[in-house]
Amino acid sequence: MALDILSAVEAKTARIALTGELDGSAAPALRETVDKVLSGKPAQLILQVERLSFMASAGLRILIFAKQKQPDLKIYLVKPRPAIVDTLRKTGFYDGVYVTDDEPAGA
Amino acid sequence: MSTARLALEERIDFYPTHEVSGVRFRRGRALPFGATIVPHGVNFSIFSSAADSCTLVLFRKREREPFVEIEFPREFRIGDVYSMIVFDLEVENLEYGYRFSGPWDPRAGHRFDKTKVVCDPYAKVLGGRDVWCKRPDRSAPYQHRARLAFDDFDWEGDTALEIPTKDLIIYEAHIRGFTSSPTSKISAPGTFAGLREKIPYLKSLGINCIELLPLFEFDEWENYRPHPETGQPLINYWGYSTVGFFAPKAGYAATGGLGMQVDELKNLIKELHRSGIEVMLDVVFNHTAEGDERGPHICYRGIDNRTYYILTPDGYYYNFSGCGNTLNCNHPVVRNMVLDCLRYWVSEYHIDGFRFDLASILGRDQNGAPLSNPPLLESLAYDPVLGKCKLVAEAWDAGGLYQVGSFPAYGRWAEWNGKYRDAIRRFIKGDEGMLGEIADRIQGSPDLYWYRGPTASLNFITCHDGFTLHDLVSYNRKYNEANGEGNNDGANDNNSWNCGWEGETDDPCVNALRERQIRNAATILFLSRGIPMLLMGDEVGRTQGGNNNCYCQDNAVSWMNWDDVRKEAGLLRFFSKLLAFRHAHRVLRGDKFFEHRDCVGSGKPDIAFHGTRIGEPDWGGRCLAFLICGKHAIPQDDDIYAAINMFWDGLPFQVPPAPEGKSWRVAINTSMPSPEDIYDGESGPRVDSSEIIVGGRSIMVLVA
Repeated sequence: MALDILSAVEAKTARIALTGELDGSAAPALRETVDKVLSGKPAQLILQVERLSFMASAGLRILIFAKQKQPDLKIYLVKPRPAIVDTLRKTGFYDGVYVTDDEPAGA
Repeated sequence: MSTARLALEERIDFYPTHEVSGVRFRRGRALPFGATIVPHGVNFSIFSSAADSCTLVLFRKREREPFVEIEFPREFRIGDVYSMIVFDLEVENLEYGYRFSGPWDPRAGHRFDKTKVVCDPYAKVLGGRDVWCKRPDRSAPYQHRARLAFDDFDWEGDTALEIPTKDLIIYEAHIRGFTSSPTSKISAPGTFAGLREKIPYLKSLGINCIELLPLFEFDEWENYRPHPETGQPLINYWGYSTVGFFAPKAGYAATGGLGMQVDELKNLIKELHRSGIEVMLDVVFNHTAEGDERGPHICYRGIDNRTYYILTPDGYYYNFSGCGNTLNCNHPVVRNMVLDCLRYWVSEYHIDGFRFDLASILGRDQNGAPLSNPPLLESLAYDPVLGKCKLVAEAWDAGGLYQVGSFPAYGRWAEWNGKYRDAIRRFIKGDEGMLGEIADRIQGSPDLYWYRGPTASLNFITCHDGFTLHDLVSYNRKYNEANGEGNNDGANDNNSWNCGWEGETDDPCVNALRERQIRNAATILFLSRGIPMLLMGDEVGRTQGGNNNCYCQDNAVSWMNWDDVRKEAGLLRFFSKLLAFRHAHRVLRGDKFFEHRDCVGSGKPDIAFHGTRIGEPDWGGRCLAFLICGKHAIPQDDDIYAAINMFWDGLPFQVPPAPEGKSWRVAINTSMPSPEDIYDGESGPRVDSSEIIVGGRSIMVLVA
């Protein structure tokens, strides 16, 4: 299944909505999108991942990349599926992002 | 400033000069070996001294056929190193290997085969066995598939713990065996993540170092076979058969299928460190998974067979490992690979120490003869990156080289003390004439390590290889039929005693004696100078049903049964308090040998041996007592008096005078049922008499 990426930047908030599967082959497109939305130095990156059924190493690496590129960036994962949360916990990435059921207030 | 940055990012030596099938590349950097991410590309570098040519083979992840093969142009080879930078690769979706062209001349040591794709000896990640025991496609042309690793893990300031060696208490465990049982009741049984969930258990037990059985990538399907009678699958469970030295075992990660084994393992190590627990890896550099001349072309054989392996004059493999081949560890190229590998694990994974399997092989020369000054062992001892990590040798090999007490140590190496294991086992089961040796073993084996100190002695009574402690006191002989080798595998000289009944029994007297014997063994282990090591599950009476060689048993025979934590709560309590007792008494953990004299003006020698009567050790008998003077510790500690009675009946032991102004209190009495078998601090019964009765096959420890 392919990955659909929708992105928008509004004030200090960057949003990316992902639908489908984020595997190694889809990662370059996402990375390009992240690069683009971070160019305006947003304060937060909100990833809508409710419809993301699978995230491989490549996807998580992009989150790390975003964090390393802009250490003060707050990354929100909105409604990730349990398997994705589980992977975040097992690999130690969970503490680096905010996992939430709703978009952060004021976003 | 901006000009300098531009110069770094737009370096003229990072642009492509060649192209094949739309893939652009250029001459690379010879060092470092392996695949390294560089600006806009990946640098591939590999050594072969005897190949005629080399081809880089690039795959998209998990695809059977490569998307491109690029032969290294002649000008890309520097000396014996082939290197190139390939640009614009999808590094997350990449797998790579090599084909080498060269002579097929086994008598001369060459086994090149250009039809085979071989993996990189420096591969940091290996695919192909991503999920434990998922049956591989044996017809695929490339089985163990090299991938790239990314060093972007957030360690949050973690670093190696550097716990003083004298203070270590090691717990030997198997990643799968520790949590695979459904009784573990965790979310990711048998994985790095699963072990992480059990860290609170380890912490409450009191260990401060976990030694993990091999976790370098290996093939659990190697030598797979169904049991000839039962049909039960027999696989390579232990993993003493390395495929790739730089890559963690993907199948040990719950996220291995996602290619995230590196992150999951690092997360485990970070959490262990947060809990004050060091991580020691059991590493296997004595041989590889390629076996002898009948084995597969995975890597080394197809790259430079004559360099990587010790060969007979007619080109066959010397087998000092008992596993088909012997890595040529003291060849300078292989030696550097071992060094690079260990430096990588220390710097990238924050590993605190290594236990080297069949380490005596690391001291053999390129013809297999033992060296008096082995370059590899010396290099490891003095390596700056490894400068603070623990180095422990299994100081023997399968070729008959036995170096316990004589392993080339360079002031750094400790040894698995096999003589400690054998002596304590014989003493506990009641052999006579052991006391002289037992006195040495309790003191840290000065007879073996007088010039190295007691921390050269890693003391153990049981380990993965052999009986568990429960089975040591429950079986007179091994029961390895389940291994499918007609009970011919595994050691026959176990120095075990079944306490009167072979195997499991309902007899309360036999079981009570076994409980006591387990406590006796543990008490001696944790009173001894040196580094104590406990085998996974011994603290809850884990049994392997008499199997003393569970290398192929990935099932309940080998696994920790977590129901035992509840069922054997008394035994677990004993162990955790015993470990706490050792932590609380620094006089037990000295890093110098006792001198048998009063060194501090306390009026007593640092250690004095007695028999049932003070000052009269009966070296030919089965009873031994000793008094350790706490004033010899810095800062001062309690005095500790231990009375060990391995005679079958209770005996009276004279008690030495307590230190002035103090009274003796019972700390341990292995003849008593829980909870009177061990006491916290000064909560034990006071001993005012000049004599105590120590039960048959029991130990009493007093503190004052």
